Amino acid sequence: MKSIADIKAIRDKMQARIVNRDNSDAELETRIVVGMATCGIAAGARPVFNEFVDLVAAKGMHNVKVTRTGCLGMCKLEPIVEIFVPGEEKVTYVKVDPDKAKEIFTRHIVGGQVVSEYLIGEQ
Amino acid sequence: MREIALNILDIAENSVKAKATLVEITVTAENNVLTVTITDNGVGMSKDFLERVTDPFTTTRTTRKVGMGIPLFKDAAEMTGGSFGIESEPGRGTRVTAKFVLDSIDRAPLGDIADTAVTLLAPGIDFVWVYTVDKRSFTFDTREIKAELGDIPIDSPEIISFLRNLLKENIESINGGITI
Repeated sequence: MKSIADIKAIRDKMQARIVNRDNSDAELETRIVVGMATCGIAAGARPVFNEFVDLVAAKGMHNVKVTRTGCLGMCKLEPIVEIFVPGEEKVTYVKVDPDKAKEIFTRHIVGGQVVSEYLIGEQ
Repeated sequence: MREIALNILDIAENSVKAKATLVEITVTAENNVLTVTITDNGVGMSKDFLERVTDPFTTTRTTRKVGMGIPLFKDAAEMTGGSFGIESEPGRGTRVTAKFVLDSIDRAPLGDIADTAVTLLAPGIDFVWVYTVDKRSFTFDTREIKAELGDIPIDSPEIISFLRNLLKENIESINGGITI
């Protein structure tokens, strides 16, 4: 069974990477932001958040962060995910589920192409 | 909500918004009662707001004047024959307690506590989870994790994935083969 002591190995691996980073990395960070108010949680935001976390971790993308935010004011379109890529316009995806999260990750975060069929204007 | 764990996530998000730095969550199943407490050291609520907080039209948010989190949690507990309580003091924090009758046909499943716990991980706030089933107990304290991690952020995707697996294994062990 895993224990807190096992975390030391991961820490050592990640620390070696951080030493090699320079300050410009923070400005190049992509953020995946999942709405996590009551409306988002009830609509399925938690598995969407965790799907993105696992995808980013599996791919080892150190410049991508997955975070939460509150109500975005469009409860019927939850779960809502906003993608912030440095130097680009914010992209808002709506009614996201774990399968759509996989597609958004592959096509947008990795591939750099917006997944237009899940955009707010298409729903 | 499909799971009680989602109610817990929702209430804990209120603690985050209340600028808490420490949130203690206990989940205890024994003697046919599931007791959930969420205690934070956030800004707390005034007496007037506390009296209205179970009303769905009471909220602090500005996007829409509807606040369903507390009313949904209260109803989820009371519909099983259990109870719900909330105490708060400005400047000191808030404690929410919900008791569910375990064998009630109207009780939602507890759901995924591991997924819920890792969703809340963040650098500026600590969580202590105490999960107990019939006197078997597991404690998950993010202060201990952060002490091990040093300058590695606790909300790094690799750390979240590791901690989710750690929690799942320990919770399954505590459950002893039963689903709550």
